[in-house]
Amino acid sequence: MDYSKLLNPEVCAIPPSGIRKFFDIAGTMEGVISLGVGEPDFVTPWKIRQAGIASLEEGRTRYSANKGLAALRSEISRYLKRKYTLSYHPDKEILVTIGGSEAIDAVIRALVCPGDEVIIPQPSYVCYEPMTRLVGGVPVIIETKAENEFKVTPEELLSSITDKTKLLILPYPCNPTGAVMEKEDLERIAKVLKEKEIFVLSDEIYSELTYTGRHCSIASIEGMKEQTVVVNGFSKAFSMTGWRLGYACGPEPIIEQVTKIHQYAIMCAPTTAQYAAIEALRNCDGEVAEMKEEYDMRRRLMVSGFNRLGLTCREPKGAFYTFPCISKTGMSSDEFCERLLLSKKVALVPGTAFGKSGEGFVRASYCYSIEHIARALARIEAFMKEEGVL
Amino acid sequence: MNTKILNLLSRNARYTPDELAVMTGLSTAEVEKEIAEMEEQGLICGYKALIDWEKVDNTLVSAIIELKVTPKPGHGFEEVARRVMKFPQVESVYLMSGGYDLSVVVKGKSFQEVALFVAKELSTIDSVLSTATHFVLRRYKEQDVELIGAPVDDREAFFL
Repeated sequence: MDYSKLLNPEVCAIPPSGIRKFFDIAGTMEGVISLGVGEPDFVTPWKIRQAGIASLEEGRTRYSANKGLAALRSEISRYLKRKYTLSYHPDKEILVTIGGSEAIDAVIRALVCPGDEVIIPQPSYVCYEPMTRLVGGVPVIIETKAENEFKVTPEELLSSITDKTKLLILPYPCNPTGAVMEKEDLERIAKVLKEKEIFVLSDEIYSELTYTGRHCSIASIEGMKEQTVVVNGFSKAFSMTGWRLGYACGPEPIIEQVTKIHQYAIMCAPTTAQYAAIEALRNCDGEVAEMKEEYDMRRRLMVSGFNRLGLTCREPKGAFYTFPCISKTGMSSDEFCERLLLSKKVALVPGTAFGKSGEGFVRASYCYSIEHIARALARIEAFMKEEGVL
Repeated sequence: MNTKILNLLSRNARYTPDELAVMTGLSTAEVEKEIAEMEEQGLICGYKALIDWEKVDNTLVSAIIELKVTPKPGHGFEEVARRVMKFPQVESVYLMSGGYDLSVVVKGKSFQEVALFVAKELSTIDSVLSTATHFVLRRYKEQDVELIGAPVDDREAFFL
């Protein structure tokens, strides 16, 4: 059977993940030290697990409302108010989804028509471009610059906007660069957007992991709430990746349509995870703060480690990645990562996996113990010496 | 006092002042000064390696001994505690609430050696009314360190 005739050519055209190759090699090697994983090493706090277990013991094993448990939506509403001064109506403006990922997909599907342009800053998380293409949208890439701390500038935004622009994706705090957009940065962007009929999808999944100052959501900038959907979730803040739970918040007419997509594709997010999440929002500020402090310590250690090796590493202000520049080695990102893996068995992710503008950089995650990070850095140092670049 | 440094050192006493400086955001000189002060004040009482002695010599044993004691007028439990803690076999001594008074951790080369030590040295102390010896059969966790089953990183997804 000729499968290529059966399959949707749009799907076939999506390139496979840029790092597959490395991790296929890494998977066959013994003794690899990885800094590649983009997932917390902490287990979900016990209180949250317990709440999930309790819901099972009580037999709460049925569907929830399509939008998610009413109690959870109320907690999300309260949480967003208390943390980020955002006001969303629990019944009309909040949808509980399967991770932030589903929210991103459903929002893009609800908004983007074939031919619409979607502005995507890169280097960034890898899902935005394929999701846009799948609905016939046209990705327009902003290549953010190291000298701008990988923020989107108003000038870059202006020059990317055409009369076909429908949506701007704003992925801050940013995976892989660790960049954040501060209030003043967002105000400048908002000024450009307010004059236009452009919608914003603000992916704030790393909002709790902001190390210098408080996270600011673009939806909290005056006048922006009406043209923004905020996507957030439980994976990163509460170490709940495997529970698959996120949410989208936005204007009622948008959420209403996004809910239709969610309702037909998903029905509802897992009920056990939703009960656990209620506990997370109600009683786990302390646990979140503790994990954040631990990440912060590792972050400083890793930044200092790379800079000591002459691999210029700007301070990542959010998320849990460092993004050091390796161009002084004369190698490309791919080359650096492949040689490092083969010679010293350390797995990093080449910056190019997050867009062309990631060339010259590598991503190193600090979702690892301090001892693990120190061992990896020692191996990278040995590698640099062997290559004669240190 | 700097609790951040204390927390870090209690996890790993071998962090260098340079490493601690990076992790806490202080300068190396400040870290060194803080540590010196906390040593001076007795907040940091020592630095020792945590050794799994059973792996070194699997005949070694330890036991927790419950002592019931008559407190001395004016001295309370301290006099007998001081006496008990002087034995080199005694690793730690705690005053306890509940059904007995002193909890004493004793180590020795064999069950018999420990039992004899209790019989000859501890039960013969005047104010000791009774002893109960509980031998440790297996150590799972010691001072926050898990001694069995090194944790395995089972994160499978190399998501970006």
